Amino acid sequence: MILQLFIKGLSLGAVYALIAIGFSLLWQTSRTINFAQGEFVTLPAFLMVLLALVFKIPFALALILTIIISGLLLGYLMNRVLDRPLIEKGVLPLVVATIALGFMIRDSLIISWTPEALYFPSLVPKKPLHLGDATFSAVDLWNIFVATLIISGLHLFVKRTKTGKALQAVSQNRDVANILGINASKMILLAFLINAVIAGFSSILIAPIYMVKYDMGVELGLKAFYAAIIGGFNQTRGALLGGLLVGLIETFTAAYISTHYKGAFVLIVLMVVIVFKPEGLLGEKELYEYR
Amino acid sequence: MNTVKASKVTPLRASIGWLCLLGIFVLPAFSVSSQYILYLASLTCIYTLTAAGLNLILGYAGQISLAQAAFMGIGAYTVALLSTKLSFWVALPLGGGIAFVLGLVLGFPSLKVKHHYLAMITLGFNIIVYLILMNEQEITGGSYGVFNIPRPKAGPIDFTSNESYHILIALVTCFIMLLTYWTLNSQWGRAFKGIRENELRAEMLGVSLRNYKLLAFAIGSAFAGIAGGLLAPLLGYIDPTIFNLGFSFQFLLMVIVGGSGRFEGPFIGAIIITIFPEIFRVAERLYFVIFALAAMLILIFMPKGAVTLWDWLFQTITGREAPKLTK
Amino acid sequence: MKILETSGLKKFFYRLQALKGVDLHVEEGELVGLIGPNGSGKTTLFDCITGILKPSGGKVYFKDKDITNFKPDGSYKMGIGRTFQLAQLFPEMTVMENMLLAIQESQGSMLNRLFRIREDDNRNKALSLLEFLKIGHVRDEFAKNLSYGQQKLLDLGMVLMADPELILLDEPLAGVNRSLAVEIVERIRELRKNCGCTFIIIEHDMKVVMDLCERIVVLDYGEKIAEGTPEQIQNNEKVLSAYFGG
Repeated sequence: MILQLFIKGLSLGAVYALIAIGFSLLWQTSRTINFAQGEFVTLPAFLMVLLALVFKIPFALALILTIIISGLLLGYLMNRVLDRPLIEKGVLPLVVATIALGFMIRDSLIISWTPEALYFPSLVPKKPLHLGDATFSAVDLWNIFVATLIISGLHLFVKRTKTGKALQAVSQNRDVANILGINASKMILLAFLINAVIAGFSSILIAPIYMVKYDMGVELGLKAFYAAIIGGFNQTRGALLGGLLVGLIETFTAAYISTHYKGAFVLIVLMVVIVFKPEGLLGEKELYEYR
Repeated sequence: MNTVKASKVTPLRASIGWLCLLGIFVLPAFSVSSQYILYLASLTCIYTLTAAGLNLILGYAGQISLAQAAFMGIGAYTVALLSTKLSFWVALPLGGGIAFVLGLVLGFPSLKVKHHYLAMITLGFNIIVYLILMNEQEITGGSYGVFNIPRPKAGPIDFTSNESYHILIALVTCFIMLLTYWTLNSQWGRAFKGIRENELRAEMLGVSLRNYKLLAFAIGSAFAGIAGGLLAPLLGYIDPTIFNLGFSFQFLLMVIVGGSGRFEGPFIGAIIITIFPEIFRVAERLYFVIFALAAMLILIFMPKGAVTLWDWLFQTITGREAPKLTK
Repeated sequence: MKILETSGLKKFFYRLQALKGVDLHVEEGELVGLIGPNGSGKTTLFDCITGILKPSGGKVYFKDKDITNFKPDGSYKMGIGRTFQLAQLFPEMTVMENMLLAIQESQGSMLNRLFRIREDDNRNKALSLLEFLKIGHVRDEFAKNLSYGQQKLLDLGMVLMADPELILLDEPLAGVNRSLAVEIVERIRELRKNCGCTFIIIEHDMKVVMDLCERIVVLDYGEKIAEGTPEQIQNNEKVLSAYFGG
């Protein structure tokens, strides 16, 4: 039972972590708190349904197209149209703008398509696997596997390539990055693209579990937000740990305490973290602790 | 420097302004034939009240709260559950009072954290209130909500009809706006603004961050509680889904789009969010998409909110700068 | 009578020791200069005295009362005023509002503040202070529209509003042009003559410090390395090596 829940929680958590990483990347580089992050997952899922199930484009091609389109729309366009004009005006206008963007994407999907949930096929067979007395689905393992792949890929990119290092420099200290001659706005654009692409991939992982629905992203976006804060906003490792924790807490409390209040326990953990360790479990404290 | 003369707010002018505002608020009860538009007018008043509370927290004290819908819910359920047992006239202030106390408690994290953390905590509070309303069925009726919420009577005066109940809402709204006006023009208002402008220096000048931040949170939340208490009898039934997170987001939009930190801001924001769908009625559900789009455009091109338009209009018509209503 | 005393005041930022146990005492009515190379902990010392930073160790006494754990609002109400290296103002408020906010919290209770609408006394006081600082003509401008020098003066004016007994000035002359600097020094002298309050001044301009102060304290790497009259300091070897040798 425990192993079963553990794998289930890990698989959910892996997807949360994916979404959270993009989320905290945006925050680090551009101080954008993306309240539309959930919709960044919803939109590619709908695109996939449109391309693969309605237009019957082969799955792999549909996937590539989806990633490209969402990268252009949610990465490039969002950066140019929304982020650039508002970035100088502080944190709050961007918060409000992304909230509005979220509303817009959701309602556009209802109007242009459907308020109903759509079926989305899984890439791996949904047949149950057995390990001892634990029963779990291959989908869970697949999710963990793909998420690990993407996260390690991103990690390698950031640590090993020149562009990745520049990205890291911008997210850690914009002033220093400027002195080093790094084009910050280019790196911010890159962060937006990465975020959009990762969100696109995670939508394909989560869609078979959640079903494709206009409001599927609301919960996901919030959980990514929790994950980023619990783990630490200024660390990619933090988002990973936070995502896994949120997934595990959710699964275990739902199984052992109360399904009705499963959302509340994560929140309580979140509030405790915020009040007692605002920088997050793995986050770095700011140097000057003004009280 | 600006050569346009500023209009001074003299007591006489202020009184006239307030009478006009009261007129605008009450007028629909006498002039509107469509019950639906009257309902929208009532809703505008209630939204104004809630948004004014948020404006106090956000626009003046510079703290963020995403829990206004939760406090509305608290007020609404207090009235819905107690107005038959006790009386509306007890339940309404009680709802405001409970919201005040909970707002005080919710304000405590604001002493330690800022920005997105505070957004998260208040957002979490909203979700928890929602979950409680949804799951404590014995008390709240769960997802079915509460039905047949009666409208109040005060001795011989009956507020049952839509018109009379609108007048009640308008009077309460105007009264509370007047209190807000007083508060913002008192030394409290100055201290709130000081905290928003430069927290460190404000504290260095003896401003107790603890007292003022908690006060802003408590008062702003109490406004939402009272607004919720007015909303419940207006609708006649309530259920938890009304008070979800999206509703809180809407109030944030209202304040920012209207113009945060300006006294007129929430009113303008509330009008925009209720009147907008009517203008774009042909567009049906598309209105919210248009509203969201308009919100983004306003943010980009009018960073100080739609209140800029009002300033411009006032200046074009009267040739004077629009009066500054608060310090 | 001693007005301010710190004993063994320490402040760590992680492993970095910004203050390594500073003992400072200031007599009532004194004008003390606090000097030291960049990063020697002068501003940190001010931050710890006023409660902006929480000291990691040691005590701060103001008029023999332990104020170590006071927050900034508490220390202000006790009578410690302070200006900042970069003028800290309320940019979207008028100069007058800036001045009025500086005094309101020292008067009456919270409830009084809600109901006190007429504040003519405060206004008059603010006006005469603004006149004294020669920025009376901009009283209705937003603080953000003031020139750099005017902002510095306003910063000083705000501190004077509540008649503090101890005033901490953090580089009042930094970035100010020559004639304004002379002006500010003149104001400080006048103030001392008239109100009898105590000053501690951080300043890099040695000529001014030597000229103005009766006693000078030198900090280096978070430690007090010298203390004495301007003549003593000028001839102190440790000071010379801290500035030139180090």
